[in-house]
Amino acid sequence: MIPGTFEYHRPGSLDEAVTLLTKFGDEGRMIAGGHSLVPMMKLRLAVPEHLIDLGHVESLQGIEITGQSIEIGAMTTQHDLIASDSLVETCPLLREAALTIADPQVRYRGTIGGNVANGDPGNDMPAVMQSLGASYVLHGPSGTRQVAARAFYEAAYFTAREDDEILTAINIPVPAPGHGFAYEKLKRKVGDYAIAAAAVVLTMDGGTCDSAAIALTNVGDTPIHAEAMGESLVGTAVDDGAIAKAVAAAKAAASPAADLRGPRDYRAHAAGVMAGRAIKRALARVKT
Amino acid sequence: MNKTAVKMTVNGQAVEGQVEPRLLLIHFLRENLGLTGPHVGCETSHCGACTVDLDGTSIKSCTVFAVQAEGASITTIEGMANADGTLSALQEGFMQEHGLQCGFCTPGMIMRAHRLLQENRDPSDDEIRMGLSGNLCRCTGYQNIVKAVRYAADKLNGRQEAAE
Ligand SMILES: Cc1cc2nc3c(=O)[nH]c(=O)nc-3n(C[C@H](O)[C@H](O)[C@H](O)COP(=O)(O)OP(=O)(O)OC[C@H]3O[C@@H](n4cnc5c(N)ncnc54)[C@H](O)[C@@H]3O)c2cc1C
Ligand code: FES
Ligand code: FES
Repeated sequence: MIPGTFEYHRPGSLDEAVTLLTKFGDEGRMIAGGHSLVPMMKLRLAVPEHLIDLGHVESLQGIEITGQSIEIGAMTTQHDLIASDSLVETCPLLREAALTIADPQVRYRGTIGGNVANGDPGNDMPAVMQSLGASYVLHGPSGTRQVAARAFYEAAYFTAREDDEILTAINIPVPAPGHGFAYEKLKRKVGDYAIAAAAVVLTMDGGTCDSAAIALTNVGDTPIHAEAMGESLVGTAVDDGAIAKAVAAAKAAASPAADLRGPRDYRAHAAGVMAGRAIKRALARVKT
Repeated sequence: MNKTAVKMTVNGQAVEGQVEPRLLLIHFLRENLGLTGPHVGCETSHCGACTVDLDGTSIKSCTVFAVQAEGASITTIEGMANADGTLSALQEGFMQEHGLQCGFCTPGMIMRAHRLLQENRDPSDDEIRMGLSGNLCRCTGYQNIVKAVRYAADKLNGRQEAAE
């Protein structure tokens, strides 16, 4: 379990990191927390020749909350997300989801940027970001652009990020006060990736749902933001009939592979169950 | 192979070395520094036997390169006893409550529990279990490990005399 050899680089600024990435092209790889990459390197599934450590790039750290938006630096760890009281006040879904990831030690190292940039369908934060309508800030040699989380994932380990771009931050529109939210994750044990999971964010106006977003984790090649699932709730009282329709839409949207977490049908069914539970819990949390 | 210089503080002492960048921190601690308290269990980031404290966080040292720990301050189980050589509250707790059998997981358990108690001085049993959820024990069934941490928390919160 010893990784292949590589040269190690420790840029002190974002520009320096981009220069190194551009220089090494295919042979270079960024390391953030390393808790997806190092296991892959031990198995020699990843054999970068140059490892570019983002750990000393200060501008990638920190959480900033302004009136309309939450900006989270890519190197913010999952532990930092859980520990931030101001974040929990404005967007409690992030702590709830972060607590379902791995275990305390992994969460001290694993970063939000690495989690969403990785492209592994098992990662939990991508669906969460899709449910929140977040976008990712990508910085490369030709400047900075933003890509919506809902448009970022193309296939397993393939994303809209170019090889020489660094994901520097995540922008999340501040959810409406009193919004309902939930992340429901079915897993075999602590530290396991999801058999299926669902993120829900919804708002109610009086007794009627006026917005709803649902996204699913690990039941396809990419996280799945199925518009039909959310839309089927809008305009309803989120009663049992409406929930049943959204659950059916979630099952239909899921296309999991059979793997050691279970056969296809079971995992698709689980996606529906998680979506149903998440909707009910989100609804119960709505404050008017 | 190119080597990279690393410097860090381990158990209060400044150390340095020339290492291959691919050298994992657990191997740097065990082989270069001779600190064999942190154990290699699974090598796959699951068991927590390799847990050490790094700049106020508990980490699995099998999943961090030594070069990533440049400038860091690290504590291993070897640095856990009190300055006068007596056992710390946690170490005493594991002994009094039979929190170990073979002892393989114990250095990792104690290092993780140490950070847990720094962040939450008086955890509930549930919080102890979740706090130690990244550490596996194949012997004890965990009950006595939870009791051991409870013992240390009680002692640190002044609820209990030292064991007779
Ligand atoms: C035992 C264990 C259990 C786990 N369970 C879960 C789980 O249940 N759910 C879950 O979501 N995750 C889980 N993980 C993964 C963990 O959350 C990772 O830490 C996370 O997926 C990646 O973050 P990282 O900072 O460690 O990234 P790294 O491992 O450093 O990087 C991952 C990939 O992203 C790229 N990358 C990193 N940062 C950037 C950036 N800023 N811009 C562009 N590319 C970048 C890297 O080049 C690499 O290809 C688990 C890990 C372990 C070891
Ligand atoms: S040896 Fe590091 S987690 Fe098992
Ligand atoms: S005491 Fe043997 S593994 Fe825990």
